[in-house]
Amino acid sequence: MAPDLLTAENLQSGYGRIPILFGISLSIAEGEFIGILGHNGMGKSTLLRTLMGHIVPTGGSIHLAGRDVTRASPAARSRAGIGYVPQGRQIFPALSVMDNLRVGAAHQSPKQAKAIIDQVIEDLPRLKPILSRAGGVLSGGEQQILALARCLCAHPKLILLDEPTEGIQPSIIEEMKDTLKALARSRNLSILLVEQNLEFISDLATRVLVIKRGQLSGEIDPAKLHDADLAGEFLPA
Amino acid sequence: MDYLLVVLLQIAGAVGNLALVSVGLAVIFGMMRVINLAHGEFIMLGGFAAIFSVQAGINIWLAMLVIAPLSVAVLGVLVERLVMRRLYGRMVDTMLASWGLSLLLIGLATTFFGNRVVGVAAPVGSFRIGEYSLGAYDFVLAGIALVVFAAGYAILRFTRVGLVARATMQNREMASSLGIEPSRVYAVTFAIGSALSGLAGGLLAPISGVLPTMGVAYVAKAFITVITGGASVITGTALSSTLLGSINTVSTFITTPVLGDVALLLAATIFLRLLPTGITGRIFKGAP
Repeated sequence: MAPDLLTAENLQSGYGRIPILFGISLSIAEGEFIGILGHNGMGKSTLLRTLMGHIVPTGGSIHLAGRDVTRASPAARSRAGIGYVPQGRQIFPALSVMDNLRVGAAHQSPKQAKAIIDQVIEDLPRLKPILSRAGGVLSGGEQQILALARCLCAHPKLILLDEPTEGIQPSIIEEMKDTLKALARSRNLSILLVEQNLEFISDLATRVLVIKRGQLSGEIDPAKLHDADLAGEFLPA
Repeated sequence: MDYLLVVLLQIAGAVGNLALVSVGLAVIFGMMRVINLAHGEFIMLGGFAAIFSVQAGINIWLAMLVIAPLSVAVLGVLVERLVMRRLYGRMVDTMLASWGLSLLLIGLATTFFGNRVVGVAAPVGSFRIGEYSLGAYDFVLAGIALVVFAAGYAILRFTRVGLVARATMQNREMASSLGIEPSRVYAVTFAIGSALSGLAGGLLAPISGVLPTMGVAYVAKAFITVITGGASVITGTALSSTLLGSINTVSTFITTPVLGDVALLLAATIFLRLLPTGITGRIFKGAP
């Protein structure tokens, strides 16, 4: 059994005075791929934003590789090994694809940064012909691949992936699935995936946790997500 | 022919002057979305720093090019740490805070330096074109403005520091998710913007003199220039300075300096009506 990379205990957070998470405890082992499933508004994205440090928790703790990062800034968490691919991708629109990647590798030494970027482009060859194009003019699928590539440039051990299939054409979703599988295996990445696409989540995750009203309410066998009746429970009406 | 050459050289001088006065505000507003209403007072303090340094026996070039920007950069670091850092993302609050700071700086300068104009002689003399005599210092200013803008463009476009600054400007939260500390980027940006305001004050001291209330005259022109330039800090400010500086000078030649300023304001109003996001909101999009 691989050791835990990230542990959250009794995590509570929200927006201003509105509480969203009510004591979430979870742990992700090195190389583990966990899916988070839940209806809209249940706290899935809030959980990822809290783990990344964009929302300061009102209670509980977060440890990364044994180190307490509960109060660390998002930048410090990134440098410690947490990567984040947010919902909506958040590409730097006026920067070229190459410059988006360079920003991802900005805290590495120039030599390391070049090596990391070269490796990422090799792993995600779809980016090669569009390196000089501005991020803002790419298609949704290309932006999603760029967002993942940019995150990889920061050399994470754990990736927080928020609804990567949202608004993406099916052929790119399939490509992304294969890429994520290969990357997770080759880099021994831990991935926490929030997703509404049940087929995507069931094909990738080794464990699927269900979030309901800001609390983890249970765990589902990923294989069972192909069951249409069960799927209906988690898909938006 | 001589007259045309004189007008063209005067335009170059006016463009350089406007560009220098605006660039500090452009850096702070463009990169951080903070409207620094104390910008004029930063220019004033740069002017005082240069003049007092010269009076203390320091070489005038050293006073204008090094001491003035460094002194105001130190003030900028303090202002950013003590005031602005708490107000990022709240544009109205930053305007109010910097307005208060502006009044405080005017009051302090008046108390300590007196409400009178102090000056220093320009370090270079004049030259003749036919029967016209022109001050060479205006062209020194235009040359320095050119160097400042070229350096600013090169830093933002070609260096890692510039890339990080542009990324933070476009999406602060995403930049922080990639290991960049926005607070550090903002502190450096505010210090650089303040230093550029101080540099403008130091360089303008020989031609305009320095008075505690002089900032008001500069902040309005600088603000109009920056807004007309649009989102791109360097390219936008360079283009709008060229455009508005030319209109201002030509109108002044044809009419009077007051009507020249009216023409500048009118031109800026028309441009913003036609291009609400500024010049670089339509052309040269994405340039630094």
